[in-house]
Amino acid sequence: MAQPDILNLDQDYKQKYGFYDEIKPVFQTERGLTRRVVEEISYQKNEPKWMRDFRLEAYEIFMSKPMPSWGPDLSRLDFDEIVYYIKPTERQGRSWDEVPEDIKRTFDRLGIPEWERKFLAGVGAQYDSEVVYHNLAKQWEEQGVIFVDTDTAVREYPDLVKEYFGTVIPPNDNKFAALNSAVWSGGSFVYVPAGVKVDIPLQAYFRINARNAGQFERTLIIAEEGSFVHYVEGCTAPVYAEEALHSAVVEIIVKRGARVRYTTIQNWSKDVYNLVTKRAVAYGDSVMEWVDGNIGSRVTQKYPSVYLMEPGARGEILSVAFAGDGQHQDTGGKLIFAAPNTTGRITSKSISKGTGRASYRGLVQVLEGAHHAKCNVECDALLLDEDAKTDTYPYIEINEKEVTIGHEARVSKVSDEQIFYLQSRGLKKDEALTLIVSGFIEPLAKQLPMEYAVELNRLIELEMEGSVG
Amino acid sequence: MTEKTPLLEVRNLWVKLPDEEEAIIRGLNLTINAGEVHALMGPNGSGKSTLAKVLSGHPGYEVTDGEVLFRGEDILELEPDDRARMGLFLAFQYPMEVPGVTIANFLRLAYQRRFDTEVKYTEFYKILLQHLKKLEMDPSFAGRPVNEGFSGGEKKRFEIVQLSLLEPLLAVLDETDSGLDIDALKIVSNGVNAMRSPERSFLVITHYQRILNYITPDYVHVMVEGRIVRSGGPELALQLEEKGYDWVRGELAGATAP
Ligand SMILES: Nc1ncnc2c1ncn2[C@@H]1O[C@H](COP(=O)(O)OP(=O)(O)OP(=O)(O)O)[C@@H](O)[C@H]1O
Ligand SMILES: [Mg+2]
Repeated sequence: MAQPDILNLDQDYKQKYGFYDEIKPVFQTERGLTRRVVEEISYQKNEPKWMRDFRLEAYEIFMSKPMPSWGPDLSRLDFDEIVYYIKPTERQGRSWDEVPEDIKRTFDRLGIPEWERKFLAGVGAQYDSEVVYHNLAKQWEEQGVIFVDTDTAVREYPDLVKEYFGTVIPPNDNKFAALNSAVWSGGSFVYVPAGVKVDIPLQAYFRINARNAGQFERTLIIAEEGSFVHYVEGCTAPVYAEEALHSAVVEIIVKRGARVRYTTIQNWSKDVYNLVTKRAVAYGDSVMEWVDGNIGSRVTQKYPSVYLMEPGARGEILSVAFAGDGQHQDTGGKLIFAAPNTTGRITSKSISKGTGRASYRGLVQVLEGAHHAKCNVECDALLLDEDAKTDTYPYIEINEKEVTIGHEARVSKVSDEQIFYLQSRGLKKDEALTLIVSGFIEPLAKQLPMEYAVELNRLIELEMEGSVG
Repeated sequence: MTEKTPLLEVRNLWVKLPDEEEAIIRGLNLTINAGEVHALMGPNGSGKSTLAKVLSGHPGYEVTDGEVLFRGEDILELEPDDRARMGLFLAFQYPMEVPGVTIANFLRLAYQRRFDTEVKYTEFYKILLQHLKKLEMDPSFAGRPVNEGFSGGEKKRFEIVQLSLLEPLLAVLDETDSGLDIDALKIVSNGVNAMRSPERSFLVITHYQRILNYITPDYVHVMVEGRIVRSGGPELALQLEEKGYDWVRGELAGATAP
């Protein structure tokens, strides 16, 4: 959609900044996490005291909490091996030769422009994204919309940040939320004033922002009464992580009558532990929608949740996971019905291929007093191989009588007979598989901005390649 | 009609399941020339569908002996899609449901492969509608998942839509007539007859004489226990209808008795 702009930007960049060969001294914290490291991060960011205290308290919580005893195997995750902060604007240039072949090949197949590829692979200097969305930013500014990285927000909108930061997901929520709270960096801060409808998805233009693609980003979205915003996170190109852990926190406040849609396509490289906490609180007659696609990573744990706080609130969670060889996608969603006449739906679709394992983990909780709550959960798993695995962990807790809860789970296996049928009409085997998988994830693809849907399909094609034989 | 070009030649074909001793197809011979219509009849379990699937390259069967030439080329080592692109088509006895995959998306790929061309979605849609119309199927089928929720008759009709779209040189119809009502049988037969040409051949597998009233075969073969035990003209189908398979079985026993 913004093709011309992006191309022009490339031009601009070459002229203005010379491109890629800017080498500066690097600041990064030492490996491993200590109180000193947390202090150092806060110091480097020149943060106010309250944020520094918030981090330090979170650090203590992180240290005191045990690793989760449930869920995927995280035993190979070594907290001491991780660099928790690299100052983004001074990140050292990596050479293109060091980027793994399979990632280069994927860039190629996705048709991502050269300059953006290098960016995504962490090659060359990082640059500010300001230029990219300059025009859009102007438009938003006129509407009173704030859309900046969270570090900037702490500096420029301290009151707003202070009021909401950590209120939806407090540091003591879980070990990884605590970790993020201690070392967070980057992420987006979005504020939409009452009645304002942002008609272009935020972030479609923003995907090249360095500060956003961090390891521990922290996103906070506040949608005031009657407003609307669609936020798109990340990109479908494989993000070549420098560290093996990605642990983000996303907090969203959807006020009365507002509507927020948050879309993610995660494609971390296959050695990353992707442990993310995402939660929204939805007030009267508001709508919160999570669209969450997980393709990359070694392990993903992510259960976007919606707390339905007032009557008429609605929560929708659409989760799609692709687990290839050696991957474990442990995903799903949580809906907490805390008020009468609230409604929600969780739709989960997973694909397991090779030795991949996709688990659905979901919680539906109806609190006392939330009468006439309505909830529907649908889990669909598709197995492409003999060795592929899927399992479901649907937790349901109901403390109210008059509620309507539906739960359906289906597992289907692509049969040799189906493949033969499609092949007997001239389709190659991997084409046949791709067609089946594309059809299966169609409900997600339909929700995506056009160019993301196209990339997603190409990505699936890539994943299907070599699945034959 | 003096010059006959063989389109399909099956010679001494032996087929079994990978983990079984006993063969299902036991030394079968069959030659189909360009432009001919052959009917294949035989009791349940005699191996008709197995033959059809082996011709199309189903990976679940093992060919232990013999050869299959299509357009003069040995195709036994080829993938099912290679064979389809050469012009071999199988209308399935039990068409598979493929949830989530729409007919339009599926057949556009099939069409592109068969004719080695690129066709835009909108353009293909028009082509597809013509073929649906021929078989009197509603245009809305284009957007429906392949065979999912179709009635038995609709599935069979949809096989012929694909036949009509993909213009194969050899079409094997495996009990396409079973499960069709009288009107549908006419529609399907008309669809098939409209495709008859000097280049195109058909192998019609059936249990009933009825479809052969509409699609007149040049030859009728009877298959028992994995091989063709008797071949003849259209009259053979009538005799079978009258006398049943015991008649050929009996003759067979008589013929092979010392
Ligand atoms: N995949 C398979 N697994 C097990 N048995 C099989 C398989 N395929 C074929 N057979 C067996 O081989 C024999 C021939 O089956 P086939 O389907 O070819 O018969 P058919 O002549 O088409 O019968 P019908 O007229 O009932 O359709 C049967 O005994 C059948 O059970
Ligand atoms: Mg059969």
